Amino acid sequence: MNVISTAAARRKVLPGFGITMGYSVLYLSLIVLLPLSALLINSTGLSWAKFWDIATDPRVLASYRVSIGTAAAAALANAFFGLLMAWVLVRYEFPGKRIFDALIDLPFALPTAVAGVSLTALYSQNGWIGSLFEPYGFKIAFTPLGITLALMFIGIPFVVRTVQPVLEDLDRDMEEAAATLGAKRGRTFLRIILPEVFPALLTGFALAFARGIGEYGSVVFISGNMPMRTEIAPLLIMSKLEQFDYAGATAVALLLLLISFLMLLVINLLQRWARKTSR
Amino acid sequence: MAGTVPMHAPKRTSSTASSATNESRVVKWVLIAAAGLVMLWLIALPLIVVLTEALKRGWDVYWAALSDPDAASALRLTLLVAAITVPLNTIFGVTAAWAVTKFRFRGKGFLITLIDLPFAVSPVIGGLIFVLVFGSSGWFGSWLSDNDIKIVFALPGIILATLFVTFPFVARELIPLMEDQGTQEEEAAITLGAKGWQIFFRVTLPNIKWGLLYGIILCNARAMGEFGAVSVVSGRIRGETNTLPLHVEILYNEYQFSASFAVASLLLLLALVTMIIKSWLMRKNAH
Repeated sequence: MNVISTAAARRKVLPGFGITMGYSVLYLSLIVLLPLSALLINSTGLSWAKFWDIATDPRVLASYRVSIGTAAAAALANAFFGLLMAWVLVRYEFPGKRIFDALIDLPFALPTAVAGVSLTALYSQNGWIGSLFEPYGFKIAFTPLGITLALMFIGIPFVVRTVQPVLEDLDRDMEEAAATLGAKRGRTFLRIILPEVFPALLTGFALAFARGIGEYGSVVFISGNMPMRTEIAPLLIMSKLEQFDYAGATAVALLLLLISFLMLLVINLLQRWARKTSR
Repeated sequence: MAGTVPMHAPKRTSSTASSATNESRVVKWVLIAAAGLVMLWLIALPLIVVLTEALKRGWDVYWAALSDPDAASALRLTLLVAAITVPLNTIFGVTAAWAVTKFRFRGKGFLITLIDLPFAVSPVIGGLIFVLVFGSSGWFGSWLSDNDIKIVFALPGIILATLFVTFPFVARELIPLMEDQGTQEEEAAITLGAKGWQIFFRVTLPNIKWGLLYGIILCNARAMGEFGAVSVVSGRIRGETNTLPLHVEILYNEYQFSASFAVASLLLLLALVTMIIKSWLMRKNAH
Protein backbone atom coordinates (compact mmCIF):
# COMPACT_ATOMS: atom_id res chain seq x y z
CA MET A 1 0.00 0.00 0.00
CA ASN A 2 2.67 2.38 1.12
CA VAL A 3 4.92 1.34 -1.78
CA ILE A 4 2.18 1.98 -4.31
CA SER A 5 1.36 5.41 -2.99
CA THR A 6 5.01 6.56 -2.93
CA ALA A 7 5.53 5.15 -6.41
CA ALA A 8 2.57 7.13 -7.66
CA ALA A 9 3.75 10.21 -5.79
CA ARG A 10 7.27 9.92 -7.17
CA ARG A 11 6.05 9.74 -10.71
CA LYS A 12 4.11 12.91 -10.18
CA VAL A 13 6.54 14.88 -8.02
CA LEU A 14 9.81 15.00 -9.94
CA PRO A 15 9.79 16.37 -13.46
CA GLY A 16 11.46 15.07 -16.59
CA PHE A 17 10.57 11.38 -16.71
CA GLY A 18 9.22 11.48 -20.25
CA ILE A 19 12.05 13.44 -21.80
CA THR A 20 14.97 11.76 -20.01
CA MET A 21 13.54 8.29 -20.59
CA GLY A 22 12.74 9.06 -24.21
CA TYR A 23 16.19 10.46 -24.92
CA SER A 24 17.96 7.61 -23.11
CA VAL A 25 16.12 4.93 -25.03
CA LEU A 26 16.57 6.75 -28.34
CA TYR A 27 20.32 7.22 -27.82
CA LEU A 28 20.73 3.65 -26.56
CA SER A 29 18.95 2.36 -29.65
CA LEU A 30 20.97 4.46 -32.09
CA ILE A 31 24.43 3.80 -30.67
CA VAL A 32 24.10 0.28 -29.26
CA LEU A 33 20.95 -1.68 -30.05
CA LEU A 34 20.42 -0.99 -33.75
CA PRO A 35 24.08 -1.51 -34.74
CA LEU A 36 24.24 -4.71 -32.66
CA SER A 37 21.04 -5.96 -34.25
CA ALA A 38 22.73 -5.41 -37.62
CA LEU A 39 25.00 -8.30 -36.69
CA LEU A 40 22.05 -10.54 -35.90
CA ILE A 41 20.08 -9.53 -38.98
CA ASN A 42 23.08 -9.88 -41.27
CA SER A 43 23.64 -13.38 -40.01
CA THR A 44 20.10 -14.39 -40.97
CA GLY A 45 21.23 -13.79 -44.54
CA LEU A 46 23.50 -16.78 -44.10
CA SER A 47 21.97 -20.16 -44.67
CA TRP A 48 22.32 -22.57 -41.78
CA ALA A 49 24.61 -24.80 -43.84
CA LYS A 50 26.89 -21.88 -44.70
CA PHE A 51 26.98 -20.74 -41.08
CA TRP A 52 27.83 -24.26 -39.93
CA ASP A 53 30.56 -24.48 -42.58
CA ILE A 54 32.21 -21.30 -41.33
CA ALA A 55 31.72 -22.07 -37.66
CA THR A 56 33.24 -25.54 -37.88
CA ASP A 57 36.15 -24.57 -40.12
CA PRO A 58 39.29 -25.89 -38.38
CA ARG A 59 40.90 -22.44 -38.32
CA VAL A 60 37.81 -20.91 -36.70
CA LEU A 61 37.55 -23.70 -34.16
CA ALA A 62 41.24 -23.34 -33.35
CA SER A 63 40.81 -19.60 -32.78
CA TYR A 64 38.02 -20.27 -30.28
CA ARG A 65 40.17 -22.87 -28.55
CA VAL A 66 43.01 -20.36 -28.22
CA SER A 67 40.73 -17.54 -27.04
CA ILE A 68 38.82 -19.59 -24.47
CA GLY A 69 41.85 -21.55 -23.26
CA THR A 70 44.12 -18.56 -22.70
CA ALA A 71 41.31 -16.46 -21.18
CA ALA A 72 40.47 -19.26 -18.73
CA ALA A 73 44.12 -19.85 -17.79
CA ALA A 74 44.69 -16.11 -17.27
CA ALA A 75 41.52 -15.70 -15.20
CA LEU A 76 42.47 -18.67 -13.04
CA ALA A 77 45.96 -17.30 -12.39
CA ASN A 78 44.41 -13.90 -11.66
CA ALA A 79 42.03 -15.43 -9.13
CA PHE A 80 45.09 -16.53 -7.10
CA PHE A 81 47.18 -13.40 -7.56
CA GLY A 82 44.18 -11.10 -7.23
CA LEU A 83 43.11 -12.65 -3.94
CA LEU A 84 46.67 -12.30 -2.64
CA MET A 85 46.83 -8.62 -3.62
CA ALA A 86 43.39 -7.82 -2.25
CA TRP A 87 44.23 -9.59 1.01
CA VAL A 88 47.48 -7.70 1.47
CA LEU A 89 45.77 -4.39 0.65
CA VAL A 90 42.92 -4.89 3.10
CA ARG A 91 44.66 -6.56 6.03
CA TYR A 92 48.17 -5.09 6.22
CA GLU A 93 49.94 -1.77 6.46
CA PHE A 94 53.18 -1.48 4.52
CA PRO A 95 55.30 1.24 2.93
CA GLY A 96 54.12 2.26 -0.52
CA LYS A 97 50.63 0.89 0.03
CA ARG A 98 48.92 3.86 -1.59
CA ILE A 99 50.96 3.57 -4.77
CA PHE A 100 50.37 -0.19 -4.75
CA ASP A 101 46.63 0.44 -4.52
CA ALA A 102 46.66 3.03 -7.30
CA LEU A 103 48.81 0.95 -9.66
CA ILE A 104 46.28 -1.91 -9.62
CA ASP A 105 44.05 0.25 -11.83
CA LEU A 106 46.77 0.85 -14.45
CA PRO A 107 45.47 -1.92 -16.76
CA PHE A 108 42.03 -0.21 -16.74
CA ALA A 109 43.51 3.14 -17.70
CA LEU A 110 46.32 2.12 -20.06
CA PRO A 111 45.33 1.92 -23.75
CA THR A 112 45.47 -1.72 -24.80
CA ALA A 113 47.82 -1.07 -27.72
CA VAL A 114 50.41 0.36 -25.31
CA ALA A 115 50.09 -2.72 -23.10
CA GLY A 116 50.47 -4.86 -26.21
CA VAL A 117 53.73 -3.39 -27.49
CA SER A 118 55.17 -3.14 -23.98
CA LEU A 119 54.43 -6.75 -23.03
CA THR A 120 55.84 -7.94 -26.35
CA ALA A 121 59.07 -6.05 -25.70
CA LEU A 122 59.21 -7.51 -22.19
CA TYR A 123 58.67 -11.15 -23.17
CA SER A 124 60.34 -11.34 -26.59
CA GLN A 125 63.67 -13.16 -26.80
CA ASN A 126 65.73 -10.02 -26.16
CA GLY A 127 63.32 -8.57 -23.62
CA TRP A 128 64.04 -8.36 -19.89
CA ILE A 129 62.01 -11.45 -19.01
CA GLY A 130 62.09 -13.24 -22.37
CA SER A 131 65.91 -13.24 -22.43
CA LEU A 132 65.99 -15.06 -19.08
CA PHE A 133 64.20 -18.04 -20.60
CA GLU A 134 65.66 -17.88 -24.11
CA PRO A 135 68.89 -19.84 -23.26
CA TYR A 136 66.74 -22.82 -22.25
CA GLY A 137 64.94 -22.70 -25.59
CA PHE A 138 61.76 -21.54 -23.84
CA LYS A 139 59.77 -18.97 -25.76
CA ILE A 140 57.08 -16.77 -24.19
CA ALA A 141 56.17 -14.16 -26.79
CA PHE A 142 54.37 -15.55 -29.87
CA THR A 143 53.07 -18.57 -27.94
CA PRO A 144 49.78 -19.18 -26.09
CA LEU A 145 51.71 -18.47 -22.87
CA GLY A 146 52.41 -14.94 -24.10
CA ILE A 147 48.70 -14.42 -24.84
CA THR A 148 47.88 -15.69 -21.34
CA LEU A 149 50.33 -13.23 -19.77
CA ALA A 150 48.81 -10.33 -21.72
CA LEU A 151 45.33 -11.35 -20.55
CA MET A 152 46.61 -11.59 -16.97
CA PHE A 153 47.74 -7.96 -17.21
CA ILE A 154 44.32 -6.91 -18.55
CA GLY A 155 42.32 -8.99 -16.07
CA ILE A 156 44.05 -8.54 -12.70
CA PRO A 157 42.16 -5.37 -11.60
CA PHE A 158 38.79 -7.10 -12.10
CA VAL A 159 39.61 -9.71 -9.45
CA VAL A 160 41.28 -7.34 -6.97
CA ARG A 161 38.52 -4.73 -7.17
CA THR A 162 35.74 -7.32 -6.82
CA VAL A 163 37.29 -9.16 -3.88
CA GLN A 164 38.63 -6.09 -2.02
CA PRO A 165 35.28 -4.62 -0.79
CA VAL A 166 34.06 -8.03 0.35
CA LEU A 167 37.24 -8.60 2.37
CA GLU A 168 36.86 -5.13 3.87
CA ASP A 169 33.31 -5.86 5.02
CA LEU A 170 34.19 -9.27 6.44
CA ASP A 171 33.04 -9.71 10.00
CA ARG A 172 36.05 -10.38 12.19
CA ASP A 173 33.96 -11.94 14.98
CA MET A 174 33.75 -15.25 13.14
CA GLU A 175 37.52 -15.41 12.81
CA GLU A 176 37.91 -14.62 16.47
CA ALA A 177 35.38 -17.31 17.40
CA ALA A 178 37.25 -19.84 15.28
CA ALA A 179 40.52 -18.86 16.96
CA THR A 180 39.03 -19.18 20.45
CA LEU A 181 37.74 -22.60 19.54
CA GLY A 182 41.31 -23.56 18.79
CA ALA A 183 41.39 -23.34 14.98
CA LYS A 184 44.76 -22.57 13.46
CA ARG A 185 45.03 -19.50 11.26
CA GLY A 186 45.32 -21.52 8.05
CA ARG A 187 42.25 -23.53 8.92
CA THR A 188 40.31 -20.36 9.72
CA PHE A 189 41.26 -18.99 6.33
CA LEU A 190 40.12 -22.11 4.48
CA ARG A 191 36.94 -22.74 6.46
CA ILE A 192 35.76 -19.23 7.40
CA ILE A 193 37.29 -16.58 5.16
CA LEU A 194 37.50 -18.36 1.80
CA PRO A 195 33.83 -19.44 1.74
CA GLU A 196 32.84 -15.82 2.46
CA VAL A 197 34.88 -14.31 -0.39
CA PHE A 198 34.33 -17.19 -2.80
CA PRO A 199 31.30 -15.70 -4.61
CA ALA A 200 33.20 -12.45 -5.14
CA LEU A 201 36.28 -14.36 -6.26
CA LEU A 202 34.22 -16.31 -8.77
CA THR A 203 32.64 -13.08 -10.02
CA GLY A 204 36.08 -11.56 -10.48
CA PHE A 205 37.18 -14.69 -12.33
CA ALA A 206 34.15 -14.47 -14.63
CA LEU A 207 34.70 -10.75 -15.31
CA ALA A 208 38.37 -11.33 -16.16
CA PHE A 209 37.47 -14.33 -18.32
CA ALA A 210 34.77 -12.42 -20.21
CA ARG A 211 37.11 -9.51 -20.84
CA GLY A 212 39.85 -11.90 -21.96
CA ILE A 213 37.71 -13.61 -24.59
CA GLY A 214 36.98 -10.35 -26.40
CA GLU A 215 40.35 -8.69 -25.83
CA TYR A 216 42.19 -7.55 -28.93
CA GLY A 217 44.70 -4.72 -28.50
CA SER A 218 46.96 -6.15 -25.82
CA VAL A 219 47.06 -9.55 -27.52
CA VAL A 220 47.68 -8.91 -31.24
CA PHE A 221 51.28 -7.86 -30.74
CA ILE A 222 52.40 -10.64 -28.41
CA SER A 223 50.44 -13.46 -30.05
CA GLY A 224 52.29 -13.56 -33.38
CA ASN A 225 48.94 -14.36 -35.01
CA MET A 226 49.81 -17.78 -36.39
CA PRO A 227 46.63 -19.47 -37.69
CA MET A 228 45.74 -22.63 -35.76
CA ARG A 229 48.30 -21.86 -33.03
CA THR A 230 48.11 -18.31 -31.68
CA GLU A 231 45.29 -16.70 -33.62
CA ILE A 232 42.55 -15.41 -31.31
CA ALA A 233 38.89 -15.14 -32.38
CA PRO A 234 38.70 -11.29 -32.43
CA LEU A 235 41.76 -11.23 -34.71
CA LEU A 236 40.18 -13.78 -37.03
CA ILE A 237 37.17 -11.44 -37.38
CA MET A 238 39.59 -8.68 -38.27
CA SER A 239 41.44 -10.69 -40.92
CA LYS A 240 38.20 -11.92 -42.49
CA LEU A 241 37.06 -8.28 -42.70
CA GLU A 242 40.31 -7.27 -44.35
CA GLN A 243 39.69 -9.92 -47.00
CA PHE A 244 36.14 -8.53 -47.43
CA ASP A 245 34.76 -11.86 -46.20
CA TYR A 246 31.78 -10.22 -44.45
CA ALA A 247 29.84 -13.47 -44.11
CA GLY A 248 32.78 -15.14 -42.39
CA ALA A 249 33.40 -12.18 -40.09
CA THR A 250 29.71 -12.05 -39.17
CA ALA A 251 29.54 -15.75 -38.36
CA VAL A 252 32.64 -15.72 -36.14
CA ALA A 253 31.47 -12.51 -34.45
CA LEU A 254 28.02 -13.93 -33.80
CA LEU A 255 29.46 -16.91 -31.91
CA LEU A 256 31.72 -14.59 -29.94
CA LEU A 257 28.73 -12.38 -29.12
CA LEU A 258 26.74 -15.39 -27.91
CA ILE A 259 29.58 -16.38 -25.58
CA SER A 260 29.69 -12.78 -24.27
CA PHE A 261 25.95 -12.74 -23.59
CA LEU A 262 26.21 -16.07 -21.83
CA MET A 263 29.02 -14.68 -19.66
CA LEU A 264 26.92 -11.58 -18.93
CA LEU A 265 24.12 -13.82 -17.69
CA VAL A 266 26.51 -15.90 -15.58
CA ILE A 267 28.05 -12.77 -14.07
CA ASN A 268 24.64 -11.31 -13.20
CA LEU A 269 23.69 -14.54 -11.45
CA LEU A 270 27.04 -14.65 -9.63
CA GLN A 271 26.66 -11.07 -8.46
CA ARG A 272 23.18 -11.81 -7.15
CA TRP A 273 24.58 -14.82 -5.29
CA ALA A 274 27.47 -12.76 -3.91
CA ARG A 275 25.07 -10.11 -2.64
CA LYS A 276 22.91 -12.75 -0.99
CA THR A 277 25.76 -14.45 0.83
CA SER A 278 27.32 -11.19 1.98
CA ARG A 279 24.12 -10.32 3.84
CA MET B 1 32.55 -6.31 -18.96
CA ALA B 2 32.81 -3.91 -16.11
CA GLY B 3 35.36 -1.36 -17.15
CA THR B 4 35.22 0.27 -13.80
CA VAL B 5 34.42 -0.41 -10.23
CA PRO B 6 32.00 2.02 -8.58
CA MET B 7 33.79 4.78 -6.72
CA HIS B 8 31.57 4.76 -3.69
CA ALA B 9 32.41 1.18 -2.79
CA PRO B 10 31.84 0.37 0.87
CA LYS B 11 34.11 2.43 3.05
CA ARG B 12 37.03 0.90 4.80
CA THR B 13 36.24 -0.30 8.29
CA SER B 14 39.13 0.21 10.65
CA SER B 15 40.33 -3.18 11.68
CA THR B 16 40.09 -3.83 15.37
CA ALA B 17 41.67 -7.21 15.24
CA SER B 18 43.17 -9.06 18.12
CA SER B 19 46.31 -11.11 17.78
CA ALA B 20 44.17 -14.24 17.45
CA THR B 21 42.89 -13.08 14.09
CA ASN B 22 46.23 -11.95 12.73
CA GLU B 23 48.90 -13.93 10.99
CA SER B 24 52.38 -14.20 12.43
CA ARG B 25 54.80 -11.45 11.35
CA VAL B 26 56.67 -13.87 9.10
CA VAL B 27 53.56 -14.93 7.22
CA LYS B 28 52.48 -11.31 6.94
CA TRP B 29 55.72 -10.10 5.40
CA VAL B 30 56.02 -13.12 3.12
CA LEU B 31 52.56 -12.34 1.77
CA ILE B 32 53.40 -8.65 1.34
CA ALA B 33 56.62 -9.51 -0.47
CA ALA B 34 54.81 -11.98 -2.73
CA ALA B 35 52.13 -9.41 -3.59
CA GLY B 36 54.84 -6.83 -4.23
CA LEU B 37 56.62 -9.18 -6.61
CA VAL B 38 53.42 -9.92 -8.50
CA MET B 39 52.78 -6.18 -8.76
CA LEU B 40 56.30 -5.56 -10.05
CA TRP B 41 56.13 -8.39 -12.54
CA LEU B 42 52.57 -7.99 -13.84
CA ILE B 43 52.01 -4.22 -13.77
CA ALA B 44 55.10 -2.16 -12.95
CA LEU B 45 57.50 -3.79 -15.43
CA PRO B 46 55.30 -3.17 -18.51
CA LEU B 47 55.04 0.46 -17.39
CA ILE B 48 58.81 0.84 -17.02
CA VAL B 49 59.46 -0.89 -20.35
CA VAL B 50 57.44 1.77 -22.19
CA LEU B 51 59.67 4.52 -20.80
CA THR B 52 63.01 2.76 -21.28
CA GLU B 53 62.17 1.65 -24.83
CA ALA B 54 60.98 5.16 -25.69
CA LEU B 55 64.24 6.71 -24.53
CA LYS B 56 66.54 3.91 -25.71
CA ARG B 57 67.97 5.98 -28.55
CA GLY B 58 68.04 9.23 -26.67
CA TRP B 59 65.91 12.32 -26.43
CA ASP B 60 66.51 13.38 -30.06
CA VAL B 61 64.80 10.31 -31.47
CA TYR B 62 62.09 10.70 -28.83
CA TRP B 63 61.32 14.30 -29.78
CA ALA B 64 61.57 13.52 -33.48
CA ALA B 65 58.92 10.82 -33.09
CA LEU B 66 56.58 13.13 -31.20
CA SER B 67 57.04 16.12 -33.48
CA ASP B 68 56.56 14.07 -36.64
CA PRO B 69 53.61 15.52 -38.63
CA ASP B 70 51.84 12.14 -38.69
CA ALA B 71 52.11 11.89 -34.90
CA ALA B 72 50.82 15.44 -34.53
CA SER B 73 47.83 14.76 -36.75
CA ALA B 74 47.14 11.51 -34.87
CA LEU B 75 47.18 13.48 -31.63
CA ARG B 76 44.80 16.08 -33.09
CA LEU B 77 42.40 13.37 -34.27
CA THR B 78 42.48 11.61 -30.89
CA LEU B 79 41.71 14.87 -29.07
CA LEU B 80 38.94 15.69 -31.54
CA VAL B 81 37.31 12.28 -31.16
CA ALA B 82 37.41 12.55 -27.36
CA ALA B 83 36.06 16.11 -27.49
CA ILE B 84 33.02 14.88 -29.43
CA THR B 85 32.34 11.51 -27.82
CA VAL B 86 32.89 12.30 -24.13
CA PRO B 87 30.30 15.14 -23.96
CA LEU B 88 27.73 13.06 -25.87
CA ASN B 89 28.11 10.08 -23.55
CA THR B 90 28.12 12.39 -20.53
CA ILE B 91 24.78 13.90 -21.54
CA PHE B 92 23.42 10.42 -22.06
CA GLY B 93 24.84 9.22 -18.73
CA VAL B 94 23.19 12.03 -16.76
CA THR B 95 19.84 11.70 -18.56
CA ALA B 96 19.76 7.93 -18.23
CA ALA B 97 20.74 8.07 -14.55
CA TRP B 98 17.97 10.62 -13.89
CA ALA B 99 15.35 8.46 -15.63
CA VAL B 100 16.51 5.26 -13.94
CA THR B 101 17.02 6.50 -10.38
CA LYS B 102 14.41 9.19 -9.83
CA PHE B 103 11.42 7.17 -11.01
CA ARG B 104 10.07 3.67 -10.65
CA PHE B 105 9.08 1.66 -13.67
CA ARG B 106 8.97 -1.89 -14.94
CA GLY B 107 12.04 -3.31 -16.62
CA LYS B 108 14.51 -1.03 -14.86
CA GLY B 109 17.00 -3.85 -14.29
CA PHE B 110 16.77 -4.83 -17.95
CA LEU B 111 17.43 -1.25 -19.06
CA ILE B 112 20.55 -1.10 -16.85
CA THR B 113 21.77 -4.38 -18.36
CA LEU B 114 21.30 -2.94 -21.85
CA ILE B 115 23.28 0.17 -20.90
CA ASP B 116 26.13 -2.07 -19.69
CA LEU B 117 26.04 -4.17 -22.86
CA PRO B 118 28.98 -2.53 -24.71
CA PHE B 119 31.33 -3.58 -21.88
CA ALA B 120 30.40 -7.21 -22.55
CA VAL B 121 31.06 -7.03 -26.28
CA SER B 122 34.49 -7.45 -27.84
CA PRO B 123 35.79 -4.10 -29.15
CA VAL B 124 36.34 -5.71 -32.54
CA ILE B 125 32.60 -6.42 -32.72
CA GLY B 126 32.03 -2.80 -31.65
CA GLY B 127 33.74 -1.77 -34.87
CA LEU B 128 32.38 -4.56 -37.07
CA ILE B 129 28.73 -3.61 -36.50
CA PHE B 130 29.30 -0.14 -37.94
CA VAL B 131 31.06 -1.63 -40.97
CA LEU B 132 28.02 -3.87 -41.49
CA VAL B 133 25.66 -0.88 -41.36
CA PHE B 134 27.66 1.83 -43.11
CA GLY B 135 30.39 -0.05 -45.02
CA SER B 136 30.48 -0.17 -48.83
CA SER B 137 28.54 -3.45 -48.88
CA GLY B 138 26.57 -2.62 -45.74
CA TRP B 139 22.92 -1.62 -45.39
CA PHE B 140 23.36 2.03 -46.33
CA GLY B 141 26.54 1.45 -48.34
CA SER B 142 25.25 2.20 -51.83
CA TRP B 143 23.09 5.11 -50.68
CA LEU B 144 26.06 6.63 -48.85
CA SER B 145 28.40 6.27 -51.82
CA ASP B 146 25.74 7.70 -54.17
CA ASN B 147 25.55 10.76 -51.96
CA ASP B 148 29.30 10.88 -51.47
CA ILE B 149 29.13 10.51 -47.69
CA LYS B 150 31.93 8.61 -45.99
CA ILE B 151 31.31 7.10 -42.58
CA VAL B 152 33.46 3.99 -42.41
CA PHE B 153 37.20 4.66 -42.92
CA ALA B 154 36.50 8.28 -41.98
CA LEU B 155 35.93 10.44 -38.91
CA PRO B 156 32.21 9.60 -38.38
CA GLY B 157 32.99 5.87 -38.19
CA ILE B 158 35.73 6.44 -35.63
CA ILE B 159 33.35 8.57 -33.57
CA LEU B 160 30.56 5.97 -33.73
CA ALA B 161 32.86 3.11 -32.72
CA THR B 162 34.28 5.19 -29.85
CA LEU B 163 30.76 6.18 -28.72
CA PHE B 164 29.88 2.49 -28.62
CA VAL B 165 32.82 1.30 -26.51
CA THR B 166 32.68 4.24 -24.07
CA PHE B 167 28.88 4.24 -23.88
CA PRO B 168 28.33 2.92 -20.31
CA PHE B 169 31.09 4.75 -18.40
CA VAL B 170 29.24 7.83 -17.08
CA ALA B 171 25.86 6.14 -16.66
CA ARG B 172 27.17 3.16 -14.71
CA GLU B 173 29.06 5.50 -12.38
CA LEU B 174 26.03 7.72 -11.71
CA ILE B 175 23.27 5.12 -11.41
CA PRO B 176 24.39 3.45 -8.15
CA LEU B 177 25.42 6.83 -6.72
CA MET B 178 22.06 8.50 -7.40
CA GLU B 179 20.20 5.35 -6.35
CA ASP B 180 21.83 5.67 -2.91
CA GLN B 181 20.97 9.34 -2.63
CA GLY B 182 17.27 8.78 -3.26
CA THR B 183 14.84 11.52 -4.18
CA GLN B 184 14.15 13.27 -0.89
CA GLU B 185 16.26 16.35 -1.50
CA GLU B 186 14.77 16.85 -4.96
CA GLU B 187 11.27 16.41 -3.58
CA ALA B 188 11.99 18.97 -0.88
CA ALA B 189 13.18 21.39 -3.55
CA ILE B 190 9.93 20.86 -5.46
CA THR B 191 7.79 21.71 -2.45
CA LEU B 192 9.86 24.86 -2.04
CA GLY B 193 8.88 25.78 -5.57
CA ALA B 194 11.97 24.87 -7.58
CA LYS B 195 11.64 24.11 -11.31
CA GLY B 196 13.17 21.18 -13.22
CA TRP B 197 16.52 22.64 -14.25
CA GLN B 198 16.87 24.48 -10.95
CA ILE B 199 16.49 21.18 -9.09
CA PHE B 200 19.12 19.56 -11.24
CA PHE B 201 21.71 22.31 -11.05
CA ARG B 202 21.16 23.38 -7.43
CA VAL B 203 20.37 20.06 -5.75
CA THR B 204 21.34 17.01 -7.82
CA LEU B 205 24.50 18.22 -9.51
CA PRO B 206 26.30 19.29 -6.31
CA ASN B 207 25.55 15.85 -4.89
CA ILE B 208 26.88 13.91 -7.85
CA LYS B 209 29.65 16.17 -9.15
CA TRP B 210 32.59 14.03 -8.01
CA GLY B 211 31.04 10.81 -9.23
CA LEU B 212 30.23 12.52 -12.51
CA LEU B 213 33.79 13.77 -12.88
CA TYR B 214 35.06 10.28 -12.13
CA GLY B 215 32.90 8.80 -14.87
CA ILE B 216 33.99 11.49 -17.34
CA ILE B 217 37.69 10.87 -16.59
CA LEU B 218 37.36 7.14 -17.18
CA CYS B 219 35.26 7.70 -20.31
CA ASN B 220 37.89 10.09 -21.64
CA ALA B 221 40.78 7.68 -20.99
CA ARG B 222 38.99 4.94 -22.90
CA ALA B 223 37.93 7.30 -25.71
CA MET B 224 41.53 8.43 -26.26
CA GLY B 225 42.99 4.95 -25.89
CA GLU B 226 40.51 2.76 -27.76
CA PHE B 227 42.26 0.51 -30.23
CA GLY B 228 40.26 -2.55 -31.33
CA ALA B 229 36.98 -0.92 -32.35
CA VAL B 230 38.66 2.09 -33.96
CA SER B 231 41.12 -0.11 -35.80
CA VAL B 232 38.21 -1.89 -37.57
CA VAL B 233 36.54 1.30 -38.83
CA SER B 234 39.54 3.57 -39.34
CA GLY B 235 41.24 2.26 -42.47
CA ARG B 236 44.49 3.63 -40.99
CA ILE B 237 45.01 6.44 -43.48
CA ARG B 238 48.07 8.31 -42.26
CA GLY B 239 47.48 11.91 -41.41
CA GLU B 240 43.74 11.39 -41.85
CA THR B 241 42.12 8.55 -39.92
CA ASN B 242 45.03 7.58 -37.72
CA THR B 243 44.54 7.96 -33.98
CA LEU B 244 47.38 7.82 -31.44
CA PRO B 245 46.89 4.13 -30.51
CA LEU B 246 46.78 3.22 -34.22
CA HIS B 247 49.92 5.26 -34.79
CA VAL B 248 51.67 3.17 -32.12
CA GLU B 249 50.72 0.06 -34.07
CA ILE B 250 51.81 1.41 -37.46
CA LEU B 251 55.23 2.48 -36.19
CA TYR B 252 55.66 -0.83 -34.38
CA ASN B 253 54.84 -2.84 -37.50
CA GLU B 254 57.39 -0.75 -39.42
CA TYR B 255 60.01 -1.76 -36.84
CA GLN B 256 60.37 1.86 -35.70
CA PHE B 257 60.30 0.64 -32.12
CA SER B 258 61.70 3.74 -30.42
CA ALA B 259 59.25 6.00 -32.23
CA SER B 260 56.39 3.61 -31.48
CA PHE B 261 57.23 3.60 -27.76
CA ALA B 262 57.65 7.38 -27.77
CA VAL B 263 54.06 7.76 -28.95
CA ALA B 264 53.04 5.02 -26.50
CA SER B 265 54.62 7.03 -23.68
CA LEU B 266 52.20 9.88 -24.45
CA LEU B 267 49.30 7.47 -23.93
CA LEU B 268 50.97 6.14 -20.78
CA LEU B 269 51.06 9.73 -19.51
CA LEU B 270 47.31 9.96 -20.19
CA ALA B 271 46.79 6.78 -18.16
CA LEU B 272 48.92 8.04 -15.26
CA VAL B 273 47.13 11.40 -15.15
CA THR B 274 43.80 9.56 -15.22
CA MET B 275 44.89 7.39 -12.29
CA ILE B 276 46.13 10.33 -10.26
CA ILE B 277 42.86 12.24 -10.71
CA LYS B 278 41.00 9.04 -9.96
CA SER B 279 42.72 8.32 -6.65
CA TRP B 280 42.37 12.00 -5.72
CA LEU B 281 38.62 11.74 -6.34
CA MET B 282 38.43 8.48 -4.37
CA ARG B 283 40.08 10.10 -1.37
CA LYS B 284 37.85 13.14 -1.65
CA ASN B 285 34.84 10.87 -1.73
CA ALA B 286 36.02 8.84 1.27
CA HIS B 287 35.93 11.91 3.50
